[in-house]
Amino acid sequence: MAILVFIEQKGGLVRTVAREALGEAVRLAATLGGPVVGVCAAAADPGLAALGEAGASELLLATHASFGHYEPAGYARAVVAAVEKVKPAVVLFSASAMGRDLAPRVAARLGVGLAADCTGLAVEGGRLIASRPVYAGKAVQRVAFTGAPALVSLRPKVFAPAPAQNGGAPAVTPLAIEHDPAAARARVLEVRTGSAGKVDLTEAEIIVSGGRGLKGPENFAMIEALAAALGATVGASRAVVDAGWRPHGDQVGQTGKTVSPKLYVAVAISGAIQHLAGMSSSRCIVAINKDPDAPIFKVADFGVVGDAFEVVPALTEAVKALNARG
Amino acid sequence: MLQVVCIKQVADTETRVKVASDGRTLDPTAVTWILNPYDEFAIEQALRIREAAGAGEVVVLSLGGAGVQTTLRNALAMGADRAIHLKTDGAPPEPLQVARAIAAELKGLDARLLWFGKQAVDDDAAQVPPMVAELLGHPCVTVVAAITLSADATQAVAEREVEGGREVVEVTLPAVLSAEKGLNEPRFASLKGIMAAKKKPIDEKAVTLAPPALEVVSLALPAARSPGRIVGQGAAAVPELVRVLREEAKVI
Repeated sequence: MAILVFIEQKGGLVRTVAREALGEAVRLAATLGGPVVGVCAAAADPGLAALGEAGASELLLATHASFGHYEPAGYARAVVAAVEKVKPAVVLFSASAMGRDLAPRVAARLGVGLAADCTGLAVEGGRLIASRPVYAGKAVQRVAFTGAPALVSLRPKVFAPAPAQNGGAPAVTPLAIEHDPAAARARVLEVRTGSAGKVDLTEAEIIVSGGRGLKGPENFAMIEALAAALGATVGASRAVVDAGWRPHGDQVGQTGKTVSPKLYVAVAISGAIQHLAGMSSSRCIVAINKDPDAPIFKVADFGVVGDAFEVVPALTEAVKALNARG
Repeated sequence: MLQVVCIKQVADTETRVKVASDGRTLDPTAVTWILNPYDEFAIEQALRIREAAGAGEVVVLSLGGAGVQTTLRNALAMGADRAIHLKTDGAPPEPLQVARAIAAELKGLDARLLWFGKQAVDDDAAQVPPMVAELLGHPCVTVVAAITLSADATQAVAEREVEGGREVVEVTLPAVLSAEKGLNEPRFASLKGIMAAKKKPIDEKAVTLAPPALEVVSLALPAARSPGRIVGQGAAAVPELVRVLREEAKVI
């Protein structure tokens, strides 16, 4: 039985999250068997043949002039058409903004279950079991599927992209679908990008977050400077967002974003349970806080007890010096 | 114009999760139940649209056991006109079951806007809004952070949060929308609103759910992080911090 992977593209480029999903598909195929087939919806081929290296043995491409932007109805139709053609045991999506919108639509059309935002997949007694954080990461639920195919969306940054192998050049097969954008009754007028080049919190390798202890929005300049030195994205606690110091999109934790970067630096954040839930799956956590009893130190790998106004600028300078040395 | 806001009762975000003896669900002992925080933004937006139009009706709908009526009353206290309770019992249903039950109920209503929170903060699935839209054949915009309704209320322009920006989507009503934090500032229920809510009708309907498409095998607490260490005090600790991040954790 095949494993089907939705290949997410943006601006005509295959996104890293699609390579992560392919990587997991290749690992699953080692147990479940079957070819790994990709399906992509795009205005034009985003270079799918290159995914042979990532383990795909065939790629199905649905093209439409309107597919330059995300077209939920058309994209869903493409995935459903691929499911009908390939009859996969498993369909993998990324739990990106697009995948979280698209996968439930496909599940409803197929009348099958979807395990969303998963952090682990296992095959037990021939059954696929998906692990997914719930309560923003305070607990982990393991779910099984009662029908087929099993639909799964994978949390970004958790699964390793497939290593480049000596895969052959896979066939890129056109997938014919009927799509009438007018009938969809929804269309993307434009995509407004935020701060240029800013990596989203959910996809950032490094995050520097600031909390209430920074005393005011103007002091986030210090956090921005450290983030710039580290190549990090800036995050914030709920208290700071609710106070209007930072936009809602910056909030980490329950009612904000759940993140899994390789390094998370929490500055002047005490560590409310909602915040800890959203960031405790980070690989390495650093806490800088003047209160040695702050709950954040319980989840931190490395802590510095001290005034953020002294520690952060010193850390920024040290990181800059490190960068200068190469 | 009729708007329906689908809401869910969830465990308070302050909750320390304990696993029930079945090994699959949340131990409800000592849990405070609240209105799902994202649903507050959905209710608020529906109320604002009704108020701006000076007419129309906002119906709140929830699926669950008898306990969800408290949450429906909270929504009525915020200003919703009436409530529908799709009454179930037994294990918490999975998203497709919920979507099918809600879609079946909504089919009989001529709602122009169907609101949801972007996700419930318990199972974090974020599946029911697009599923309901598909089942009803309606367009859907998820994770809505801003919305403008056309003057004749036949179309809306919604902005949805995506990685690194916003998609601006034009949608024709009837439509399903799911609300992101920041869409608005939800109001608190006034004393008058709380009093009025006691007299507002809750239409209770027993529903039989379709068989589940997913089954929960287990619920467990995540592996505890191994204890960390304090590398030092104040700015003097910076060289050691940089060293451990570079040499031990290898993250910079």
